[in-house]
Amino acid sequence: MIKAKDLTKVFNSGLLLSKNIITAVDEVNFEIGRGEILALVGESGSGKSTIGKMMLKLLKPSGGQILLEDKDIFSISNNKEFYSRVQGIFQDPYSSFNPIFKVNRIFKLVRQSFKKEISISEWNDRVEEVLKKVGLNAGDVLNKYIHQLSGGQLQRLLIARALLMDVEVLVADEITSMLDASTRVDVLEALLSLKEIGASILFVTHDLSQAYYISDKIVVLYKGSVVESGSIEKVFSNPMHPYTRMLLDSIPQLDRKWEEDRISVEDFDKSRAAWKEGLCKYIDRCSLADVNCMRPKLKLVEEDHYVACVKI
Amino acid sequence: MVEIKGLKIYYKTLRGDAKALDDVTFTINDREILGIAGESGCGKSTLGNSLILLKPPMKYVSGEVRLNGERLPIDNTVEMRKYRYKKIYLIPQYAMDALNPTRKIGGIIKDLVGQHRVKYEEIEGRLHERLRMVKLPKDILNMYPFELSGGMKQRLVLVISTLLNPDLLIADEVTSALDVSSQKAVSLMFKEFRDREIVNSIIFITHDIAVLYQIADRIVIMYAGKVVEIGPTEEIMANPLHPYTKALIKSLPNAGIRHTKEKLEGIPGHPPNLINPPAGCRFRDRCPLADENCLEEPPLAEINKGQYVACWKVKDL
Repeated sequence: MIKAKDLTKVFNSGLLLSKNIITAVDEVNFEIGRGEILALVGESGSGKSTIGKMMLKLLKPSGGQILLEDKDIFSISNNKEFYSRVQGIFQDPYSSFNPIFKVNRIFKLVRQSFKKEISISEWNDRVEEVLKKVGLNAGDVLNKYIHQLSGGQLQRLLIARALLMDVEVLVADEITSMLDASTRVDVLEALLSLKEIGASILFVTHDLSQAYYISDKIVVLYKGSVVESGSIEKVFSNPMHPYTRMLLDSIPQLDRKWEEDRISVEDFDKSRAAWKEGLCKYIDRCSLADVNCMRPKLKLVEEDHYVACVKI
Repeated sequence: MVEIKGLKIYYKTLRGDAKALDDVTFTINDREILGIAGESGCGKSTLGNSLILLKPPMKYVSGEVRLNGERLPIDNTVEMRKYRYKKIYLIPQYAMDALNPTRKIGGIIKDLVGQHRVKYEEIEGRLHERLRMVKLPKDILNMYPFELSGGMKQRLVLVISTLLNPDLLIADEVTSALDVSSQKAVSLMFKEFRDREIVNSIIFITHDIAVLYQIADRIVIMYAGKVVEIGPTEEIMANPLHPYTKALIKSLPNAGIRHTKEKLEGIPGHPPNLINPPAGCRFRDRCPLADENCLEEPPLAEINKGQYVACWKVKDL
């Protein structure tokens, strides 16, 4: 459905003399099929949001392609057509809406912009139906302004909007991180209703428990490179890369206490020590690393499970 | 030891007072990390802020706070200056973004201790030792805040906030913006600071109960300005009694649960309006067990040893 092929993004910062090149996304490959949810996980600065932005055509890749049904999305010149198929939801729902519109006006605009062929009365029925699907009561929300609704309700409205538009691809970038635990689950459930209509969802998060709860596949990023990917069941039950293992050990769980770290999570001195081109990016924090850890390639370790580590 | 007794803090609004903290009572023991959890708007941040700087629209109504037996003048912002930073300090949620971006970190610290009439030279040795404890190099003092990552800034803020060895440190959502690996590192450092007796007690406010399970000794669950349950961490997790606590724990996607195998449940409805909160139990409208008894307000009663619950239905369970 949607596919990233050798996707790369390089940012240049600084002026002429102190030019700084940051490779935020480094030859990333993945594919999301119809009705699949792919979790993109990694710490802040790992490039996960950059990938999301590129999929939404908000940033142009420096290299590689994003293919929507085998067509490069940057060759689709009609943005309206593109955004009727691909939509994004972001972390802060309050800044995603026009604050002077009531909710029903927002849905009216969706019809006017994208679904003119549907009659108003049929549209209203559909609005009611999708709101029910995402667990909202039409009477409670339609006549309200944005500031009268909670964050969880707003995120679900955005999912309802995507449902109404029959989007093919949804980029969900940290959509639950501002929400309370009690409403988070409702948003995740609403996302699953979008999966049911066959949308491909990129679920960007740093919360691994949530990723596991709803996703089918996972891509673990570290400093812009994929360190492990594959079916989420396989990666979670048998994590191979030292970084993935460390991440999984760090999840605060309700039945297991954290063990003390043997190596510091971010050893500042080490991470500042000049990392040389060609070495593994994770070398400074890795417990298994030695000086021979050259930059690894992603390799197949079992069916539907890829790892990039020379020690495996 | 910190004792909070019958504390009522309201917010002044045009439509009346919002009862953000309504008769809150609990104690924080010596060498204890007390976790406070609850949904947004339950009053957990109000509690932290009111102990440090109670300024309008926040309004002190009644109740008292005692630090080692001594009454804290929380209703008097000028008097409180004697205690702030030295005895009791708060790390707010946005602390890591509040570091002055135009000053080097060493300069920021010099300014701060200077404000409290402490010479930088006196605490310099201690500062270096503490930085080493949180695994930050000394050179950091010559750097600007924007050169650090979120986890590093949060560790730095922990060091800065505890330079004068306060009796009580209040940490408000300090790990919420961090990713899992830094969240773990930072949380464990709070624990280490307590273990080494750099701070006497810690109030750790978060909406993430899973983090509290990792580091807190006791947990307070708040709902709509009231304490609904207090107890030792292990008890609260293994045997939550209040329906709200149960729902809160049940709504967490713990690692290892897939939507195909087990459906998680959110808590339907939303917290009541605090300007005119309903009489009786405030969780009534969302509670699966509620009946006419719940129109009367339930008292916080000790059900198991050390575990206090405010619910009429607990005995029936």
